[in-house]
Amino acid sequence: MYPELGQLALILALLLAVLLSVVPLVGSLTGRDNLQAFARPLASGLFVFVGLAFAVLTHAFVTDDFSVAYVANNSNSMLPWYFKFSAVWGGHEGSLLLWILMLSGWTLAVAIFSRRLPPVMISQVLSVLGMVSVGFLLFIVITSNPFDRLLPNVPTDGADLNPLLQDLGLIIHPPMLYMGYVGFAVAFAFSIAALINGRLDAAWARWSRPWTTVAWAFLSLGIALGSWWAYYELGWGGWWFWDPVENASLLPWLSGTALMHSLAVTEKRGVFKSWTVLLAIVTFSLSLLGTFLVRSGVLTSVHAFASDPERGTFLLALLAVTIIASLALYAFRAPVVHVRSRYGSLSREIFLLMNNVLLVSATLLVAVGTLYPLVLDYLEMGKLSIGEPFFNLTFSPLAVATGLMMGAGIFSRWKKTDGGWLGRKLLWPLAVSLVVSSAVLIGYGGFKPWAFLGVFTAMWVAVATLWDLWDKSSSRKGRIHGLKRQSRSYYGMVLGHLGLAITMAGATVVSNYGIERDVRMVPGDVATVGDYQFVFKDIGARNGANFTAQYGSFDVMLDGERVAELHPEKRQYSVGMSVMTEADIDAGLFRDIFVAIGERISDDAWAIRLQYKPLIRWLWLGAIFMATGGFLAISDRRYRIRERAEEKAGTGASDADAPPARPAGAAS
Amino acid sequence: MKRFLLFLPLLVAVVIGVVLFAGIGKDPTKLESALVGKPVPEFSLRDLHNPDIMLDQSLFRGEVTLLNVWGTWCPACRDEHDDLMWLAEEKGVPIIGLNYKDNRDDALVWLDRLGDPYRKTIYDPKGTLGFDLGVYGAPETFVIDADGIVRYRHVGVINQKVWEQTLLPVINDVRGNG
Amino acid sequence: MVRIAFMALIVLLSGPAIAEVADVYEFDSRAQEQRYQNLIAELRCPKCQNQNIADSNAPISKDMREEVYRMMKNGASNEAIVEALVARFGEFIRYKPEFDSRTFLLWATPALAVLGGLLVVAVVVIRSRRDGPDAPALSKEDMARVDEMLADRDQDRPS
Repeated sequence: MYPELGQLALILALLLAVLLSVVPLVGSLTGRDNLQAFARPLASGLFVFVGLAFAVLTHAFVTDDFSVAYVANNSNSMLPWYFKFSAVWGGHEGSLLLWILMLSGWTLAVAIFSRRLPPVMISQVLSVLGMVSVGFLLFIVITSNPFDRLLPNVPTDGADLNPLLQDLGLIIHPPMLYMGYVGFAVAFAFSIAALINGRLDAAWARWSRPWTTVAWAFLSLGIALGSWWAYYELGWGGWWFWDPVENASLLPWLSGTALMHSLAVTEKRGVFKSWTVLLAIVTFSLSLLGTFLVRSGVLTSVHAFASDPERGTFLLALLAVTIIASLALYAFRAPVVHVRSRYGSLSREIFLLMNNVLLVSATLLVAVGTLYPLVLDYLEMGKLSIGEPFFNLTFSPLAVATGLMMGAGIFSRWKKTDGGWLGRKLLWPLAVSLVVSSAVLIGYGGFKPWAFLGVFTAMWVAVATLWDLWDKSSSRKGRIHGLKRQSRSYYGMVLGHLGLAITMAGATVVSNYGIERDVRMVPGDVATVGDYQFVFKDIGARNGANFTAQYGSFDVMLDGERVAELHPEKRQYSVGMSVMTEADIDAGLFRDIFVAIGERISDDAWAIRLQYKPLIRWLWLGAIFMATGGFLAISDRRYRIRERAEEKAGTGASDADAPPARPAGAAS
Repeated sequence: MKRFLLFLPLLVAVVIGVVLFAGIGKDPTKLESALVGKPVPEFSLRDLHNPDIMLDQSLFRGEVTLLNVWGTWCPACRDEHDDLMWLAEEKGVPIIGLNYKDNRDDALVWLDRLGDPYRKTIYDPKGTLGFDLGVYGAPETFVIDADGIVRYRHVGVINQKVWEQTLLPVINDVRGNG
Repeated sequence: MVRIAFMALIVLLSGPAIAEVADVYEFDSRAQEQRYQNLIAELRCPKCQNQNIADSNAPISKDMREEVYRMMKNGASNEAIVEALVARFGEFIRYKPEFDSRTFLLWATPALAVLGGLLVVAVVVIRSRRDGPDAPALSKEDMARVDEMLADRDQDRPS
């Protein structure tokens, strides 16, 4: 297959995207149904051609077509086939192609799953998505073409994929992350459409919610995967470094979480509309900002792609146009009419507002911490570094405050919650959390104030969530009936909040009670880390698919019993000659044991890094809970009841302003 | 009032955009030296050519000099060497060399083969003076005034453009002041 | 284009420095060892792509770790050690910026944001109390505008 076909596909996709941006939008503004009818077919066409381009690039990788520059730079004939597949998104150009593939996929999904939306709305949403696609396709076609050729000097072999990226994590992490980043474009498109057609109401919020929730779920998974991957792949046992690129992924997550909750209020009570629209625009803008930061070279990061000022400028221009246009539209068109509604100071509305305050403060903190060095440099006030110690110090209190608010907020009622009643409800969570936190701390080796706060907050959220479930599921017909009565979206919330508690507990315990030692070891030596003894048995050579390695053997003993046998490696990759450390980890639900080989100190002595990581898996387990909660919530039957009602009515488009059927016991 | 508040996010976005734009193309690895305005750190190291002679910080008193940090292991140092020869011979710039984390014999052979632009060369095999100077990667060049105070540090190779646009103005400035 | 590809190649291949701890030090106690580990995690490698000196295998990081160890062994406090390194390499190597006039806004951000938010919440609650459930759906000003618009429409209507 000729790579030029891929290039052609991209150009055709660009044309379709331009049409998608213009035609349905014009149709919606002038009331021409025939123009609006183009929206769905154009979205399908866009997806087909982007998909084709992606397939062509994948084919080039899998068939070792080194005449394509991007393939030559990122692949090698000795690379295992599954890494050739994932190498497609291992570099800048290919990852952008993945981005636009995701975007066209989401666009198509919106086109398909929106039968019940008014045509005007759907035309405008799809047009906005088309506009974003135009921007990215232009960027790809003009500055980052993955199909550039190296003719006539075709290299005999490729430069190989960076060994760090030759890993399962690379296969899943970017796609999940991009699904999240790009998914927020849908909420963004809904907001822009609402600002254009002026129809900003509870129905708009109801349509936006599932799209936002599922994007959020994917982003949660993507971030967790990145953390997990860094932990086992980079060889130093770290799971979050507050690196600018990591922060770039956290920013839309934080603001996306705020958005998710704000949409709940707007849907249920019709308030905070203006604010919700702004949040949707900001969240997607943060996604775009992340894309820019990673590729522009403006911030130093281990994760950054190769930087190129020309690309950076183009991307910034793309960003500027999108964000400034949206925010200008917001400034001119957002409603200023104050919706009159009464809610008490302990109402659910207020708790969710507080949630937003804390999450947006966290977003602001991470954004300021990430961009501050740039600003100071711009003002010629010197070069400063802002890293882990700063963020840990400032982020933790916000996280604790959010958790405490969450626990209380779960019991809150719309419009008004009785203070005394709420206080009584919270007694059990308070008592249980105090007892369990103290026990946990004693168990792990001593009281530390921040550890106590973190574990207490995690327990507080967990107990409050389960207590609320217990409450709501009590029924005269028995507990099982009560449990079945709850909606999926309620269980989604339960899982989501439990997930956060689990993640918080994991982060707190591993940060405070983890132990790390660098020791000099000769085969036969024994080193102690916490309660564990590490026996260095031997080290020898072995060969892999595209590398040679020093292969070490360690026994891990606890109370005289062997609990694990670990084999860390030090690999040298044949092509790039880069050396990599592959740690070996004995994973457990309650602790990880981690061994990595450092440098050779002498003929038989090596520097070995040994680590004990309690509850580290909970970090990512929590994220899995959160994502599962999100997916569960959108499968709620209230999103499906709509369609069944329409089928019964016999027509396609019914007015979606009809009040939603409320499954008993449904919460936010 | 409320309408005005709605314009705030737009304003913030524009400001951030300007800052980001200014950041494109800048090299984040070029750090300003922490020693600007401070005297050259005290040291006592051997001369590269004559191991019996000890050199110290008084070496820098008397005139404005360049201190060039280099090593035979550093390919960029090889790149800038011809320009250093040009500076020393054509322009008469006094350059002191700091042979950083290197092997004496290798360094002598190197200078013999390529030419020696340095008035004197300090031999710093352990990199102690380099460390005290805040050197983090060769080649680096410091501008030191007649009182032995560090006035500027350039990270990276020196070529004609760097000389004309960066170093010469600093030197003139320093000379102008005293 | 080839030039860009070449540059990309170099950057991608050079990759992040993977932790290969070259030096292993002897400590008097676990507490001291922990103190060392914490300290080297808070200092930035001046030439790496955003790594602390604990995880970087650049030669300058090694030198810095040695200096940290040496000063610790000689009884220097954490502040003294960090100051000594900052005096040579600049504020850049501090991952926790000093609190001064330059960084005031940075450190104040979380407090300012939360306080600002609380202010908004307070305003919202107060306003909602003032509105009350019995308040009419439209304010007096808006009512007046509605009357005006209705009047205009009646005027425009063809009789």
